[in-house]
Amino acid sequence: MDWEVILTNAIRAAVGREALVFALLAIGLNLHFGYTGLLNFGQAGFMLLGAYGVATIVATFGGSLWLGLFLSILLAVVFALFLGIPTLRLRADYLAIVTIAAAEILRFIARSPSMSGITRGSFGLQAFADEFYAINPLPAGSYGIGRVSFGANDAWLLLVGWGVVAAAFVVTSLLVRSPWGRVIKSIREDEDAARSLGKNVYAYKMQSLVLGGVIGALGGWLNAVSIQSVQPDSFSTPITFFAYVALIAGGTATLLGPIAGSMIFWAILSLTEGILRGAIGAGFIPTTIMDGNQVGQVRFMLVGLSLMLLMIFRPQGVFGDKRELLLDAR
Amino acid sequence: MRVARLVPAAVLTLLLVLLALPGVAVAQEGGGEAVRGTLTQPPEEEGGEPTPVEGVDIVVATQAGEEVGTATTDAEGAYELELPGPGDYSATIVVDTLPEGVGLRNPEAETLEFTIRPGQSRPLLFPLGEGGAGASGRLGFVLQLLVEGLKFGLIIAMTGIGLSLIYGTTSLTNFAHGELVTFGAIATWYLNVSAGIELIPAALMGIVIGAAGAGALDLGLWRPLRKRRTGLIAMLVISIGLSLLLRYVFLFFFGGRTAPYADYVLQEPISVGPVTLSPKDFVTVTLSVAVLIGVGLILQRTRIGKAMRAVADNKDLAESSGIDTERVVLFVWILGGGLAALGGVLLGLDQQVGWQMGFQLLLYMFAGVTLGGIGTAYGALFGSLVIGVVAFLSVLFVPNDLRIVIALLALILTLLFRPQGILGSAERIG
Repeated sequence: MDWEVILTNAIRAAVGREALVFALLAIGLNLHFGYTGLLNFGQAGFMLLGAYGVATIVATFGGSLWLGLFLSILLAVVFALFLGIPTLRLRADYLAIVTIAAAEILRFIARSPSMSGITRGSFGLQAFADEFYAINPLPAGSYGIGRVSFGANDAWLLLVGWGVVAAAFVVTSLLVRSPWGRVIKSIREDEDAARSLGKNVYAYKMQSLVLGGVIGALGGWLNAVSIQSVQPDSFSTPITFFAYVALIAGGTATLLGPIAGSMIFWAILSLTEGILRGAIGAGFIPTTIMDGNQVGQVRFMLVGLSLMLLMIFRPQGVFGDKRELLLDAR
Repeated sequence: MRVARLVPAAVLTLLLVLLALPGVAVAQEGGGEAVRGTLTQPPEEEGGEPTPVEGVDIVVATQAGEEVGTATTDAEGAYELELPGPGDYSATIVVDTLPEGVGLRNPEAETLEFTIRPGQSRPLLFPLGEGGAGASGRLGFVLQLLVEGLKFGLIIAMTGIGLSLIYGTTSLTNFAHGELVTFGAIATWYLNVSAGIELIPAALMGIVIGAAGAGALDLGLWRPLRKRRTGLIAMLVISIGLSLLLRYVFLFFFGGRTAPYADYVLQEPISVGPVTLSPKDFVTVTLSVAVLIGVGLILQRTRIGKAMRAVADNKDLAESSGIDTERVVLFVWILGGGLAALGGVLLGLDQQVGWQMGFQLLLYMFAGVTLGGIGTAYGALFGSLVIGVVAFLSVLFVPNDLRIVIALLALILTLLFRPQGILGSAERIG
């Protein structure tokens, strides 16, 4: 096993595209779940809308990438309202049921042959982000240290992407410390108490749902732009739970938690994958037990297991504060 | 028991499995992707031979609408068309090329949409019948959908009752309930196909395994969590993690394909009026109704059933009346797990067994259970039947692959106008 490659790949993963996309998804979820106590299990749906918003505008209708960005955000707002209006007055788990279902529905619609005129079904859409790379100010070359280096286009994307993450971080930091933030935290702690103080709980929850959803859609937009491809099946439900694990691992209801969590999450995934593949290649794990194709499946199992173990033994995450997590569980 | 009928059926099954069913190794050896089928007219009288229909054109197009080619049926009524590669296609039968007096049994189904996996040669079926389909053909189609919707609704109900009772007794929204369905179906598949046990005893064993597995989950995971006073939302997230873990364990061992059971795969359909069903459909419906009545009797008449309803109604009151709630909850899990396993077997018999089948059913379960009133047993039953029928009848208005959207819309409308469900009691929050 080549430990140098495995370790540098893990570092690449920690600063790479997935880490920044999932940092955005997790920042959105942190607003929902960490600060407001909303159970949004459909973050993959917001991501899908962000990705398809731009992909369809450019590839199907020939519009501009920036019009696509606008549409991505608009779709996320509409989706949040659609989810929130029927559920936010009800017990917390109804939102969970409706969001997990609605995200799957979006995926079914995107891959349906009847929508193929717009989404091209399960093939998805490709090559729609040239505009983004055309404005790349970085001269061609390699940026980074040693093995952890990126080409000019990748570096440009990472620069913009982490810039968006930083902006989302600043916005949430300011919001959470504002009077608005204190209200949503009080809703999380005790909805009835917040209501008895005259706060419009429903409106605050809705604002949080919309805002977090839009941040998730930005993650989807960046992901689509970076790989220049969208396919409906890359937005399945496990994506949401990847983001949850990243958030909880980093620390729910902390400001840096989702970002640190996402970096740790992708580094660990890359590390386990590298070690498993190395062990199979070196013959430590016989192929009768597991072959290379099954490594990806083990990844999902680990995500499921860590979600369970984190929630059982350390629901506040690695850096979190347990007192911040008194969810109003009804 | 009906051996004389089963033997030719078994031979036919074997032949057709080798020739026709997707995902079988033989069909994939050819390499190229293709679509094929045979057009025949049903026999004029009972027991007659079907007559092949020659010279009918079938146009195949890609999803983007580009025409791939046209196949014409030969003297045996057979047609085949090679496809450029895997992907989604649509095939349209040119109705004008059909002979006089011959029409599609379902006039709505002129175009079939299908997906081709790499190397797959897929059979397509255009059922033909008497021509001149009009109002009666449409009515027949609606009736057929109604019956199939009821059958599907019964399967949802069987699996959903456990979900609803678990919620009622422990307030846990169990997102891993779909995996109980898959678990029962896959356990039965291994007993049936790998161990060679006939499907009925295999299914009985599968149900016992499913019930035991669910009981073990309660004893090994959920009861300790309740003892630790883990919050409800934390438990909900844990059930989601469990669902993900189990689903990929199934994928790891079972593989990503779907596979049929070894018995009762292909059966001669029976027509009752305009509705055509195979014998296994009748068995599914009868068995489901019988089992659901049985569950109703358990809930209504037995001590443990009354205790279950009492705990679901008001846990504290039940506990202070001397009911051992933990024992009741364990029984609910065992009952729910057994019912989910049976539902999984019936679903696997109707479609095929796959690692995601339960997860895909979960949305329908939630929709049915919420519509009926979550936490109640009879509400789950009633709501599931409604959702099954609504989902199938929606095919009249939306493409087949989008009927799940209609189930979600039904769920959202329920939440908007009667969030406690049809049979649930009102509980205002916010």
